[in-house]
Amino acid sequence: MYSIDPTLRALRVYIATLAVLFAVLVHSAGAGAAEIAPLINALAQGNFDDREKAIENLAATGDAGVAPVLEALDGGNLYLRKTDGSVWIVRKEGDSLTLVDPRSGAAAGAAGADEIEKIKVNNRLRRAIDAALGSLTLLSGDVATRLNAAQAVFKSRDPTKIAAIEKAIAAEPDAGVKIAMEQARAAALLTSDASDDIKLASITIITARGDREALELLQSLADRSTGPVQTAALAGAHSIASELAAWDAAQNVWYGLSLGSVLLLAAIGLAITFGVMGVINMAHGEMVMIGAYTTFVVQETIRTSYPGLFDYSLLIAVPLAFIVAGAIGVLIERTIIRFLYGRPLETLLATWGLSLVLQQAVRTMFGPTNREVGNPSWMSGAFELGQITITYNRLWILCFTLAVFAILLAMLRYTALGLEMRAVTQNRRMAASMGIATSRVDALTFGLGSGIAGIAGVALSQIDNVSPNLGQSYIIDSFMVVVFGGVGNLWGTLVGAFTLGIANKFLEPVAGAVLGKIAILVLIILFIQKRPRGLFALKGRAVEA
Amino acid sequence: MQLGKLVKTGLGVACMTGMLGFLADPAQADEGTIKVGILHSLSGTMAISETTLKDAMLMLIDEQNKKGGLLGKKLEAVVVDPASNWPLFAEKARELIQQDKVAAVFGCWTSVSRKSVLPVFEELDSLLFYPVQYEGEESSRNVFYTGAAPNQQAIPAVDYLMQSESVKRWVLAGTDYVYPRTTNKILETYLKLKGVKDEDIMINYTPFGQSDWQSIVAEIKKFGTAGKKTAVVSTINGDANVPFYKELANQGIKAEDIPVVAFSVGEEELAGVDTKPLVGHLAAWNYFMSIDTPENKDFIAKWHAFIKNDKRTTNDPMEAHYIGFNMWVKAVEKAGTTDPDKVIDAIVGVSVPNLSGGYSTMMPNHHITKPVLIGEIQGDGQFETVWQTPGLVVGDEWSDYLPDSKDLISDWRAPLSCGNFNVKTGKCGGKGGT
Repeated sequence: MYSIDPTLRALRVYIATLAVLFAVLVHSAGAGAAEIAPLINALAQGNFDDREKAIENLAATGDAGVAPVLEALDGGNLYLRKTDGSVWIVRKEGDSLTLVDPRSGAAAGAAGADEIEKIKVNNRLRRAIDAALGSLTLLSGDVATRLNAAQAVFKSRDPTKIAAIEKAIAAEPDAGVKIAMEQARAAALLTSDASDDIKLASITIITARGDREALELLQSLADRSTGPVQTAALAGAHSIASELAAWDAAQNVWYGLSLGSVLLLAAIGLAITFGVMGVINMAHGEMVMIGAYTTFVVQETIRTSYPGLFDYSLLIAVPLAFIVAGAIGVLIERTIIRFLYGRPLETLLATWGLSLVLQQAVRTMFGPTNREVGNPSWMSGAFELGQITITYNRLWILCFTLAVFAILLAMLRYTALGLEMRAVTQNRRMAASMGIATSRVDALTFGLGSGIAGIAGVALSQIDNVSPNLGQSYIIDSFMVVVFGGVGNLWGTLVGAFTLGIANKFLEPVAGAVLGKIAILVLIILFIQKRPRGLFALKGRAVEA
Repeated sequence: MQLGKLVKTGLGVACMTGMLGFLADPAQADEGTIKVGILHSLSGTMAISETTLKDAMLMLIDEQNKKGGLLGKKLEAVVVDPASNWPLFAEKARELIQQDKVAAVFGCWTSVSRKSVLPVFEELDSLLFYPVQYEGEESSRNVFYTGAAPNQQAIPAVDYLMQSESVKRWVLAGTDYVYPRTTNKILETYLKLKGVKDEDIMINYTPFGQSDWQSIVAEIKKFGTAGKKTAVVSTINGDANVPFYKELANQGIKAEDIPVVAFSVGEEELAGVDTKPLVGHLAAWNYFMSIDTPENKDFIAKWHAFIKNDKRTTNDPMEAHYIGFNMWVKAVEKAGTTDPDKVIDAIVGVSVPNLSGGYSTMMPNHHITKPVLIGEIQGDGQFETVWQTPGLVVGDEWSDYLPDSKDLISDWRAPLSCGNFNVKTGKCGGKGGT
């Protein structure tokens, strides 16, 4: 791949010469199709260094018509025809490959897989492509494309782009994009040899941007300049840095809330089975796992039969996961746990064994490897709130957790079943003598706890591996949350989960993830010494039951 | 927890004994077969990675039997399940060697499982072929390391990033156990030798199974926007990778900005992830499924036929078993016997084709020669090779970048026959080896 025969070498020199010529020509007349073709063909020649130059040369033509070529290269759809060294965009439909002329977009017949070779790109080339596309698409009709282009130019800080971006600013109708473009211009001006006055104005614009990239830009500017520019850059950097410190704290709170919501979601089912019923349920994690696998099955069915419904897959999976995990929960209660009430050690062993059985069953059915559960489009990506990055999946999980919590609380409080559950767990014999079918209530309560664990699995499938071991990683954390919050108290579970989440996220940057986790455990142990019944201890008769 | 562990072991043992009886019924073990032990976890945490290797071994043994077996006898696989339980690995290894009288064992994944069986293989003088990349700092007469040593993976990867991407700032992120810690120690020394300053290296460890990567990814992002080109060298292991990559994608860290090069992420690990947002992140291995050679195409076709699923991927440790198994076969043929001592003498210098179009040779230090490939993740979950070492790299068991081991060499040929010969003092013995 790296040895180039002499003819190719000669070709490269020739192409480079041509490229210089074109760059000159472009400004006067604009290059025609015939002149750009060799530039495009150069994309397939030489090593990554040569290709990077070829991309720059293409961008230097300033012809927006080469943008599709670069996009195809970025997407891995640009191919070299081995017979004549020409470059084509290849459209794949099933197994058939269609050659498309990179300039005109006209189809030029099919090609065999052996005749063509994909033009490889690496990160460096992708960067070059981004920068090139940035300057080429500044005038695109699409707002998002223009915004991306402005950001690409900002990143490249290339003084040669100033003319292009000024032209774009003049034509820009959208206020937001215009600001991004002005920042890009300011970044380019700061790396150019513009006068101090212009630079001072640019520093103001960059300071207003206020993010880490702006900070870095100003710091590096301060390092290589003198006089008023240096002073202004330092002042700007300082103000950004102090603002960012405050944002960092806010970011940590958000991370803590988000971790807390995951803990709460995992623990909330256990708060029912362990907290309310008093069953030490080691198979709780496996209910979560079963929920996650239900999501996988739902998505797989949707993928093969109804691809259009993919964005709704999670909504479909939630009730199904509740039913599947709940039904398994009822089955477990009826066949195993009901014989073990009042014998915590045996319950612990039986449910632990059960968890191994369930894990191995899933492993046999679905295989030991991770299964892919996709993120629907509304759960992918992130948005910026000030300088905080908030990812959509975490945000939705937080909302979802709170919703599940509220529904559960309302159910326990306002429904007949909820009343019966509370009655049975508080005083079984009294409830029985009042005519409540206690064993039926036991089964339903355990089913409810398991079902909620199943729902948690749907949400956790979005952020974690869907593998037979999924549940194991949550079981310890879940017990921790329930015990810390106070056994038998749902509000305690809520407060416990968020407290642990936030404490963890403030400790992690200081102590590191490993020590942070140990520190949390130590704190909980100390806390339990002081308050054996957790944050919100139940008082009265229920404690003795 | 202790109790739980006990139960787990108990159940595991019970389960295993049943399975063993089924797979290796002593009544059938006649003199007409040569037994090969397969020691990979089929349940527990490591099943995710190791089950595939068990299948790969069964396929290789099957293929060999189709070619007429070995020394005129059929090969017979003896599969045991150590259930991701490190002490159980040692028990199972002992069982394979003493009860089943296997001629060689192919197995282990984690370093701790290898360390657990090592004394057993040395005591009973049997052979272990270990197929996974590891941290080095070990050389045993009875173990053949067919995976990569640090100089066959980590160091070339760092070189590539320095040259091609001009990376100046480094995040060394790993799971908190021996492989990442040793690898990062080697890399830190190496980077400092290359003139990287202290403040440009960030080292971060996370517990096994870490699933909340928000603040660590944010920290990496912060570290990466300090003006110098930054890269992440990831020795994050197993299940923690999927949430890590998901978080990277969600926080919008693209490979063009901060590339991540991983040493434990292969095709198999990517199978559970949507890789489109990850295009361009890197991995360093000695094999990729996408390698375009006739040997590899043939291997993949056989694998798909054997496993009856043409979606299954192949990966680097599978290739290591392919090489290791063929080396053992060749050495047994050369020695004319499966006697471990004779095979140990015969196998050094044995050369067999690897799947990337060349040959791998067993060196006197019981490590093998391999090419090092750097691949970028593609949208379809495969890797595309963007760089490869010009020649083969010899596995270096004692790192030149650690003060304790830089003077040590290993050579198991007579007359030296020593795993930790100190070239300074001229004596055999010292740290680590046996």
